[in-house]
Amino acid sequence: MNLAYRDIRHNLGRFLLTCFGLSLLLGVVLSMIGIYRGLVEDALTLVRTPAVDVWVVESGTRGPFAEASRIPGDTREAIARLQGVSAAGSVTYQTIEAPHAGRKLRLYVVGFEPGRPGGPDRIATGRSIGRSHYEMVADRRSGLLLGDRLELGRDTFTVVGLTDGQVSSGGDPIIYITLLDSQELQFELAPPAARREIARGTGSGNTDTINAVVARVSANASAESIAEAARRWKHLSTMTQAGQETILTRSVVERARKQIGLFTTLLLIVSAVIIALILYTMTMDKLREIATLKLIGASDRTIIGLILQQALAMGVIGFGFGALLITTIKDYFPRRVLLLPEDGLALGAAVILVCILSSALGVRLALKVDPATALGG
Amino acid sequence: MNNPGEKIPLVHVRNISKHFGEGETRVDALRDVSLKVHPGEVIALLGPSGSGKTTLLNVIGCILEPSSGWISLDGEVVYDGRWLRSDLRKLRLEKVGFIFQFHNLLPFLSSSDNVAVVLSLAGFSAAESKKRAVELLDYLEVGHRKDAMPANLSGGEAQRVAIARALANRPRIILADEPTAALDSQRAGIVMDLLRKVAIEQEAAILAVTHDEKIFDRFDHIFQLRDGCLEAQSMDMDIDRDGIRTRKANKPSA
Repeated sequence: MNLAYRDIRHNLGRFLLTCFGLSLLLGVVLSMIGIYRGLVEDALTLVRTPAVDVWVVESGTRGPFAEASRIPGDTREAIARLQGVSAAGSVTYQTIEAPHAGRKLRLYVVGFEPGRPGGPDRIATGRSIGRSHYEMVADRRSGLLLGDRLELGRDTFTVVGLTDGQVSSGGDPIIYITLLDSQELQFELAPPAARREIARGTGSGNTDTINAVVARVSANASAESIAEAARRWKHLSTMTQAGQETILTRSVVERARKQIGLFTTLLLIVSAVIIALILYTMTMDKLREIATLKLIGASDRTIIGLILQQALAMGVIGFGFGALLITTIKDYFPRRVLLLPEDGLALGAAVILVCILSSALGVRLALKVDPATALGG
Repeated sequence: MNNPGEKIPLVHVRNISKHFGEGETRVDALRDVSLKVHPGEVIALLGPSGSGKTTLLNVIGCILEPSSGWISLDGEVVYDGRWLRSDLRKLRLEKVGFIFQFHNLLPFLSSSDNVAVVLSLAGFSAAESKKRAVELLDYLEVGHRKDAMPANLSGGEAQRVAIARALANRPRIILADEPTAALDSQRAGIVMDLLRKVAIEQEAAILAVTHDEKIFDRFDHIFQLRDGCLEAQSMDMDIDRDGIRTRKANKPSA
């Protein structure tokens, strides 16, 4: 006879309500883990999308994401000529705000050379950029649709393709435009400012500046050797793809990562305390029944089993509800919530462990109950 | 321990003392109490609040270890230093049945499951436990309420289910704490008649703490506890040829 199950069935409404409350708490914990994963994933998406091996940036910087980097536009040709480089492309990165449909869109603009590394790896809908000007590929998260027209700087761009899941480390949706357009957008001055610079004799009008050169190496060459070769140019810094990923995860999103990690830990501790209190209260409510059970000959194992099984049932149901809830609503979060099976399993295991540890308080109380309590007097 | 030719008592309490605390805070709950209960006997324990009735019940029920003295239950001497807590629990499960003042049925189990749980704890299969539980409920004329939850039982029905639970393991010793306190006189009488029937048919010894004067005539012996001492005077009941019970002064059968 399973006493834990019978007791749960007898107080089913109260038990399910408790589980629901716990599921909300565990749902929040799971969403925090998902947000943390999403943050790292978003940061890495940007650096992984070009699928390159070497990043060439301004000397003395760790650009183009952790620090600003500006290098001459002809760097790409020099890098492409290095032995072992199979392809190289110039890229620019900038954040802009653009009005669209009565609201401000905050976008992360990537300028690339069509046909060279640096562009989107996969187009979900539509096509890639085919013309040298005024076309763009946007991520769905921007809310833009195929054929939408968007004013960027002094030009109007048409959305010709859409990507999925392309956001910057800050969570802004990415749009891709040609390098020429992005250079104009980033470096060309407004006409009055340009006229003033020309009048001062300083305005060269040259906007052939880029943020970085990305390069792929051929199968018989190593990224390290290419990076080493590129370091001969004193105005350039080079790093491998792995180095760039490390910079992004360790520098760009490190604080946010720590913040979320700490908050998740706190939530887990709060959950443990709440689970312990719930179990303690549940045991308190049953002290007379426990005393009676002891008096009629129930062993300590039976009593421990009663409490532990209820604790585990509560944890499993609470976690199940929580996971289901977050899986259902994760796409409505403003930032990516990435739920990995291993994270779910780890949290599930942590919840079970917390339930077992938390039930210790209730078990201790139950084992201390004097069977004589049932007799009164 | 027993005189030659004397019937072996099911409960034999010999020079039991129990105190709580030490020094100035010491409270003597039981002082040198001796008592015998034989198979088929129904014994009442009377006494004012704090006189040690429940302590004596706890000691006999293997819940509380006495400070001195020994007890024999169905021929087995307990509290002689050989008994572990788990052994006492097992002894309690096999030999002792408890009936409580407020029935103490487990609220999350049906009537039959409240009875079956004792058998289940003793290692009987679910089917066997259920069968025996229903038989017991039928025996106590409450079989028609076997699926009812305790909250839906009347006081009398609940107490009968509690008695069925106490009898589930066929214990030789039944300890009852105010078994009729929550019942009206008619139901109290029915419950006591049931206990007597059990004592006779199952050759069990029944020891009940009670204040309920209306059921005094249902007991074979009535012992009075005062300040932890079993008083010399107790009231034995005689049944005359017409079946009428009368009290007579007697000494405790220790």
